Amino acid sequence: MFIQNVVSGIAIGAIYALVAIGFTLLWQASRTVNFAQGDFLTVCAVLMFVLICVGVPFPWALLITVVASALLLGFVVKRGVIQPLIDRSHTTIIVATIALSFLASNAIATFWSAQCKAFPQIFGLRPYRIGSVALSPQNIWTIAIAIVLILAINLFIQRTKPGKAMQAVAQNREAARILGINISSVTTMVFVMNAIIVAFAALLIAPVYMVRFDMGAQLGLKAFYAATIGGFNQIRGALLGGFLVGIIETFTSAYLSTEYRELIVLVVLIAVILVRKEGLLGTEER
Amino acid sequence: MIEKGGATQKSAFGRIVRWAIFVGALILIPVIFGGNPYHMYVATLTGIYIITIMGLNLTLGYTGQISLGHAAFMALGAYTVALMTKSGYSFWLALPLGTLISFVAGLLLGLPSLRVKHHYLALVTLGFGTVVYLLLSNEWEITGGFSGITRIPRPNFFGLSLSSDIAFYCLVAVFLLGLTILLLWILNSRWGRAFKAIRENDMRAEMVGVSLLSYKLLAFAIGAAYAGIAGGLLAPLMKFIDPTTFPVHESFWFLIMLIIGGSGRFEGAFVGAIVVMLLPEFLRGVQQLFFVIFSAITLVLLVFWPTGLAGLSDVFFRKVLKRNPPQLTK
Repeated sequence: MFIQNVVSGIAIGAIYALVAIGFTLLWQASRTVNFAQGDFLTVCAVLMFVLICVGVPFPWALLITVVASALLLGFVVKRGVIQPLIDRSHTTIIVATIALSFLASNAIATFWSAQCKAFPQIFGLRPYRIGSVALSPQNIWTIAIAIVLILAINLFIQRTKPGKAMQAVAQNREAARILGINISSVTTMVFVMNAIIVAFAALLIAPVYMVRFDMGAQLGLKAFYAATIGGFNQIRGALLGGFLVGIIETFTSAYLSTEYRELIVLVVLIAVILVRKEGLLGTEER
Repeated sequence: MIEKGGATQKSAFGRIVRWAIFVGALILIPVIFGGNPYHMYVATLTGIYIITIMGLNLTLGYTGQISLGHAAFMALGAYTVALMTKSGYSFWLALPLGTLISFVAGLLLGLPSLRVKHHYLALVTLGFGTVVYLLLSNEWEITGGFSGITRIPRPNFFGLSLSSDIAFYCLVAVFLLGLTILLLWILNSRWGRAFKAIRENDMRAEMVGVSLLSYKLLAFAIGAAYAGIAGGLLAPLMKFIDPTTFPVHESFWFLIMLIIGGSGRFEGAFVGAIVVMLLPEFLRGVQQLFFVIFSAITLVLLVFWPTGLAGLSDVFFRKVLKRNPPQLTK
C-alpha cells in the first residue's frame, strides 16, 4: 500500500507541478497571477473530450487541443485581456483572471453541459505488476509524460534563444528591454507556452477526474499552493511544491482523512509563508 | 481600479440629494412592494448583498487587497446566528458575536498573508473559503452538513416581532443605513485617508508614516466583519441555510458585482449589487447565461472602463451638467 501511495502521490504531484510551472512562468514574465489556470485546464479537457466523442482519433484530438489552447488561452488571452491591463496594478490583472475563470467555467456549464462525463481511459486499466506491487498505468504514464515535458521545458529555457530571452525578462525587465528584447512578444510566448503545458496537464488529469465544468477549480488552487510553497519565482520551486502537495494530499487521504486534505495543505502553506515568505526554494524579489 | 476623480468639489447640495434618494428608496420599497412577499424578499436580499459588497469595496476598492473569502466570512456570521438563535440565545447577542468571529478570522488570515505580496492574500482567502465549505459540509453533528439548518427564527426587537417580511426588511434597511454611515465615517476619517494612500502607492504611504501592515489588516478585517453582519442577517431572512448557500465561487461573484458597480467608488457597491441582483429577476429563464454575460461584461469594464457603472455618472455630470461630479468621500 505504501509504495502505491507514494507512486500516486508522485503522479498527482507531477500534474500539480506542471500546472504550477505554468504559473511561475507567467509570474516571471509578466507578473500575472493566473487565477484562471484551473479553468484553462477544464477548457482543454472539455475540448479534448468533445473531439474524442465525435470520433477524432486520440493523437489528433490531443494535437488540435494543444493548438487551440495555444491560440485561444495563450495568444488571445494575452493580447485581448492581459496586454491592455499590463501597466495597471497587479490587483487589476488578478481580478481580470478571476473574471476569466468565471467566464470559462460558466460558459462550459451553459453551452456544453453541467454534468460530469467520464473521460476514456486512454492509458489502459490493466495494472503493471512488479513483484507484489501493482501500479496503475495511469500513474506510470502520467509520471513519464510529466518528466519528459518538464525536461523539454527546461531544455527550451536553458538552451534556446527565446528561452534565454525569457530568463532575461524574468531577471530584469528594464535591462532586457535595453538589450533589445521585445518584452511584449516574449510575454506572449510565455502565455502560449503556459497554454500548451496546461493542455498536456488536462490530458493527464482528465482520466482521473471526471470531465466537468468545475474540474479545474481545485486543481488550479492546488497548483497555486504548490507554486507558493515551493517558491513563486523558480521552476525548481514549482516542481518541489507540486510533488510535496501531491504526496501530502495522498498520504493525508490514505492515513488521516479524505475530507480534510485541503485543510492540511492549507496549514502547510500558511506555515511556509510564515517561516519563509519566498517559499522553500524561492528568492527574494525586488 | 484607480479612481479617476477630477478636482474634488464639496457640493453640499449634491450630497443631500444623494442621501434623499437613498433614504427615500429605502422607505418607498415597502410602500410599493409591501404586498408581495417575493418582492420584499428580493429587496431584503439585495440590501444584505450591498452590505457584503460594501465590505469588499473597503478591502479591494479602497486598499487594493483581493479577498476571495467573503462568502466564507458571510457563512461564519450566518452559522453563528443560526446555531445560537436555534439554541435559544438572543439574535442581539448572536449577531455581534458572528461579526466578531468574522473580524477575528479576517485578522488571522490577513496577518500571515499581508506580510508578503498581496496575491498571497487572494490565495489564502480562497483556501479559507474552501476549508470553511468543507467544515460546514463535514462537521454535520454541529452544522447539520448538507441537510443544513432549518427553521431559523427571526429576531424580536424589545418585544416587537420582526418576523413579518416587511418588519425584517426594515431591520435590514436600518442596518444598511447604519453601516453606510459607518463606512463613510471610516473613509472620511484619518483611517480612510491612510487606506486610500495605501491603494494609490503603498511604498509612498509607508514613507510618509502610514503603518502599512496594521492599516491593511484593519481594512481587511473590517471588510470581513461587514460580510459577517450580512451573513448574520441572511440566515434569519432565508430561515434555512446549508453549505451550498456559501459556495466558494460566490466570492468570485461578489468581486464581479463590485467591479461592475465600480470598485473604489462608494456607490459602486450599491450599483453593482442592485444591477447584478435585479437584472436576472427581470429576465428569468436564462439565469445561467447571466453568469457568462456578467463575467464577460466585467472583463470589458476592466479593460475599457475601470470605474464601473458608477463611473458613468461622472460622464453624465461632466458632459451634460458641465460640472464636477460630487464626491462622497474626501
